[in-house]
Amino acid sequence: MKVRSNQPTRRHALITGVMSVAVLALTACGGGAAESPSAGSSSAAPNLAEGGATTLTMWVDAERAPALEEITRSFKEDTGIEVKLAVKDFAAVRDDFITQVPTGKGPDLIVGPHDWLGTFVQNGVVAPVELGDKASEFQESAVQAMTYDGNVYGVPYALENIALLRNTDLVPEAAATFDEVIANGEAAVAAGDATYPFLVGMDPKQGDPYHLYPLQTSMGVPVFGQNEDGSYNADELLLGEPNGVEFAKKLVEWGDTGSKVINSNITGDIAKEKFNAGESPYFLTGPWNVPDAQAAGLNLAVDKLPTVGDQDAQPFIGVNGFFISSKSANALAANEFAVNYLSTEAAQDAMYDVGGRPPALKASFDKAASDPIVAAFGEIGANGVPMPALPEMQAVWADWGGTELALIKGSGDPAAAWTTMVSNIEAKIAEQ
Amino acid sequence: MLTSAPPGPAATRPPQKTAARSDSTLGLLAKIVLLGLVDAFAVYVLITLFLQEKWVILLVGAAVTVLINWIYLRRGGLPAKYLAPGIFFLVVFQVFVMIYSGYVAFTNYGDGHNSTKADAVNAIQLSAQQRVPDSPAYRVSVLEADGDFHLLATDPDGGVSVGTTGVPLEEADDAVTDGTGKGVELEGYRTLQFGEVLANQADILAITVPFSDDPEDGSLKTSDGSNAYVYRPSLSYDETTSTFTDLETGTTYADTGEGSFRSAEGEQLSTGWKINVGFDNFVKAFTDPNIRGPLVQVVLWTFTFAIVSVLSTFALGLFLANAFNLPDLRGKRIYRILMILPYAFPAFLAGLVWSGLLNPEFGFVNNTFFGGADIPWLTDPLLAKVSVLVVNLWLGFPYMFLVCTGALQSLPEEVTEAARMDGATAWRTFTAIKLPLLLVSVAPLLIASFAFNFNNFNVIYMLTDGGPRFDGTTANIGHTDILITMVYEIAFGTGVGRDYGLASALSIIIFIIVAVISAISFRQTKALEDIN
Repeated sequence: MKVRSNQPTRRHALITGVMSVAVLALTACGGGAAESPSAGSSSAAPNLAEGGATTLTMWVDAERAPALEEITRSFKEDTGIEVKLAVKDFAAVRDDFITQVPTGKGPDLIVGPHDWLGTFVQNGVVAPVELGDKASEFQESAVQAMTYDGNVYGVPYALENIALLRNTDLVPEAAATFDEVIANGEAAVAAGDATYPFLVGMDPKQGDPYHLYPLQTSMGVPVFGQNEDGSYNADELLLGEPNGVEFAKKLVEWGDTGSKVINSNITGDIAKEKFNAGESPYFLTGPWNVPDAQAAGLNLAVDKLPTVGDQDAQPFIGVNGFFISSKSANALAANEFAVNYLSTEAAQDAMYDVGGRPPALKASFDKAASDPIVAAFGEIGANGVPMPALPEMQAVWADWGGTELALIKGSGDPAAAWTTMVSNIEAKIAEQ
Repeated sequence: MLTSAPPGPAATRPPQKTAARSDSTLGLLAKIVLLGLVDAFAVYVLITLFLQEKWVILLVGAAVTVLINWIYLRRGGLPAKYLAPGIFFLVVFQVFVMIYSGYVAFTNYGDGHNSTKADAVNAIQLSAQQRVPDSPAYRVSVLEADGDFHLLATDPDGGVSVGTTGVPLEEADDAVTDGTGKGVELEGYRTLQFGEVLANQADILAITVPFSDDPEDGSLKTSDGSNAYVYRPSLSYDETTSTFTDLETGTTYADTGEGSFRSAEGEQLSTGWKINVGFDNFVKAFTDPNIRGPLVQVVLWTFTFAIVSVLSTFALGLFLANAFNLPDLRGKRIYRILMILPYAFPAFLAGLVWSGLLNPEFGFVNNTFFGGADIPWLTDPLLAKVSVLVVNLWLGFPYMFLVCTGALQSLPEEVTEAARMDGATAWRTFTAIKLPLLLVSVAPLLIASFAFNFNNFNVIYMLTDGGPRFDGTTANIGHTDILITMVYEIAFGTGVGRDYGLASALSIIIFIIVAVISAISFRQTKALEDIN
C-alpha cells in the first residue's frame, strides 16, 4: 500500500518537472523565433554599456575551430571581446544560417566557402565588409570571389583548386595537353605498370562538372560570362558556346563506350584508392587528397592542368572566408574581429597550418609556398576563375552534371544532349 | 481485501486517498520542490519575454504555467496528471508542426523570400552602400558631445576634420594627434574608449558624415570604429511609397505585392520577403509542367514501390517465419538471429553500402554473382527500380519475419490440430486457417508498413538519389523518386533554389493521400476481425 501510493506521486512530480522545463524551453525558443527586427540592435546597446563585455558567436566546423582558438584568445586579450566558437555540422550550416539569421538566433560570423554568397545575398543574411586598403594584401582572385554585386562580403583566408597529380615513378615527365596525358597513361598501362591511364572521381549520381571544368574551359566553354569587374553575369550562359558540343563529343570519346579514360564507375573514393595503390600515373584532384597520397609513399608531382583546346585550362577556385551576419547586434565588434584580426598574417598562418590550403593573404601564402606542393597548387589557382556564387548556379550544377554523366556513359547524342541541357538551364534561370 | 482492489480514479475512493496523502510526505516534498523550480524558471522566462515585448508567447507561456500548476496542485484529477505530459508533447511535436507546415504551404517562404519586409529593406540598404571607387581610407576616432557621436577623421594626407550625421565634415586643425598623426582628441568633445565604442555600436555604425551639402559627394561611414570610407548609396528607399530608386539610372523598384521590389521592366531586387500567397503553391503543384509531368509518374511509382515493398517483405517474412517455426527444425535460434541481422543495419547506411555493392564495374554483386558482367543496376530506369525494391526487401523482411513469428506462435495449437484431424493438407491448413488468423493481428501492421514505405526516404535517397533522371523536365527528378524524395528535392535540392512553400503544399497533399488510404484500409481490416 505504502509503496504503491508513493510511486505515482513521485513520478508526477518528476513528469511535472520535465514537462514544465520543456514548456519553458519551447516558449523561450518561440521568443527568439518571433523576435522583431527592430529589437536587435537598438535595445541591446545600453545593456552592453553596463556590462562592458561583448561576446561574438561564430559558426565553424570541427576542423577549423582549433585554428581559430589562438586568434580568438589574442582578440580577447586586446579588446576584451570573447568570440564563442560554435562547432556546427558543415553539411547543414549554410541552410541553418539562412533560416536562423532572420529570427535573430543566428551567429555574428560564419566560416564558409564563397559560393554560398549568392544565396546569402539573395536571402539578405550577410552584410558587406569593407577591407579597405587591406584588399591589396590578398590574392586578387580571393577578393574577387568574395565580391558580389559590387560589394565585398567576406574576409578570405584560403583558396583551393584542383591540379593534376602525377606519380613520377610511372610517368617522369609533365605533359601539357590532355592528349599527351592520355598517351602517357596508356603507355604506362601497356607497359603493365598501371591499370588505369588517368583517374578522376565521378559521382555515380551527379557526375562531376567541377573536376572536368578545366578541360572544358580549355575548349573555350566557360559557364557564365563575366562583367568587366570579374563578376559573373547570369544572363549570359556560355555553356551554349559552339565548342560546348565539341566538348560533349570529347566526353563520349573519353567515356565508357570510348577509350574509358574517364570511367563513370570510378567514384572519388575508388579513384583515390587506385591512385594511392600506384595503379594510375594521373589523378585529377585537389590538395585534400595529397596528404594521403604522400602517406602511401608515392613520389608526387603537381602538374599544370592539361589543355584540350587552344585556351587556358582554368580550374574553379573556391575561396574560404568569414562572413558577417546582416543582423548581428555586434556588427562593429564583428567587423573589428573579421577585418582587423582574421586578416592578419598570424591568423592566416594558423588557418594554413590546420587546413593546408594556400592562404589568401599574400604574405602568408609566400611563407606557405616554401612547400612545393602548395606553391604548385597556388600557381595553378592563380590562373583559375572563382566558382560562380550566383544563386542561378544551383540550377546549373544538377543539369550540367547529369548531362556530362550521361555522355560519359555513352548514352544519347552529344550534340542533342548538350543543347537540351543548355536550354533546360536557361529555362530554370528564367524561372528564378 | 481493500489493498488488492484494482486501482481506479483516486477521487472515487476516499479511504485510499486519505491513506495516500498521509503516506507520501516525501513525494509531496519532491513535488513542491520540482514545481517550485519549474515555476521559478517560468517566472524568469516570462520576465524575459515581457522585456522583449513578446506578448502572444508571454500569454501562452503564462497560461501553460498556470495550467500545469493547477493540474498538479489540485486534489484528484489523476487522469489529467497522467495525460498532461502526453498531450503537451503531442501539441509541441505534432500539432504545432502540422499547423506550421500548413501555414508555410500558404506562403512563398524559400530562397529569396526568407524573412520580413523590414529585414529585406535593411539588407538591400546595406548592400546598396557602395564605397566610392578609389576613395581614400580615413582613420577615425569616435567623439561624443552632448550625447551625440561624432567622427574625428584623419585623411591620408594628415588633415583632420570632424562631423556627424547631417553635419558635413569641417576641418579641425586644433585636434590632438597621436604618434602616427591620427587625430584622437578635440576640445569640447570626449573621445570614446574602445569599450564605449562597442557599447554604442549601433549608433556609431549609423553615423553618416556627409562631405558636403551635395549628396553626390558621398558620406563617411565606419564599420569598425577605427577606419572610415566614403560611401555613396546606389539605391534610396522611400518609406512613404515603399519604393527603391536607383540613384544612377532613376529606375524605381516598387513593392508589387509579390514579396519583392520590382521595376516596371520586371527587374527584381535580389532580396525579397515572405508573404501569404493563398493557394498558389497548390495550384503550382498541379499546373507547373515541370512538376505536373513527373508528378503523375512519381505518384504511380510511389504506390508501386509501397505496395510491392509491403507485399514482398510480408511474403518473404511470412515464409521464413513459417519455415523456422517447424517444430522439428534444428538450430532455429541461430537461423532466426541470422535473419534479423539486416534489421540491425541503419537503412541510411545500408543504402550507401548497397549503392557501392551495385557499382557496375567495381561492385561486389556484378563481380561475384554475374562474373564481372557490366549490369547498370542503378542507372537503367527499370533496373534501378528493381534494385530499389530488392534492397528494400532485404531491409524490410526481418521486421515482417519478427512480426509473423510472434503472431504464428500465438496461434492456438488446437486449431491446426483440428485441421490435421480433418485431413487438411499443410497448404490448406495454412491458407484456410493460419493465414486468416494471422492477418487479424498483422493487418494493421501492414497498413503501418505501407504508410512507412510510402515515405521511405532513406532507401531512395541513399541508393539512387531518385536517379536516373527524367528527360522531359528541368526539375531534378528521376525514375526512382517517390513523393517524399521529390519534395525534398524541391525544398532543399539542387533545382532552382529551395522552396519551402511548395514543399509544404506537396507534403500536405502526401499527407492527405496517406491518410485516405490508411482510413480505407483500416475500415477493410475490421472485416477481418469477424473471423474470430
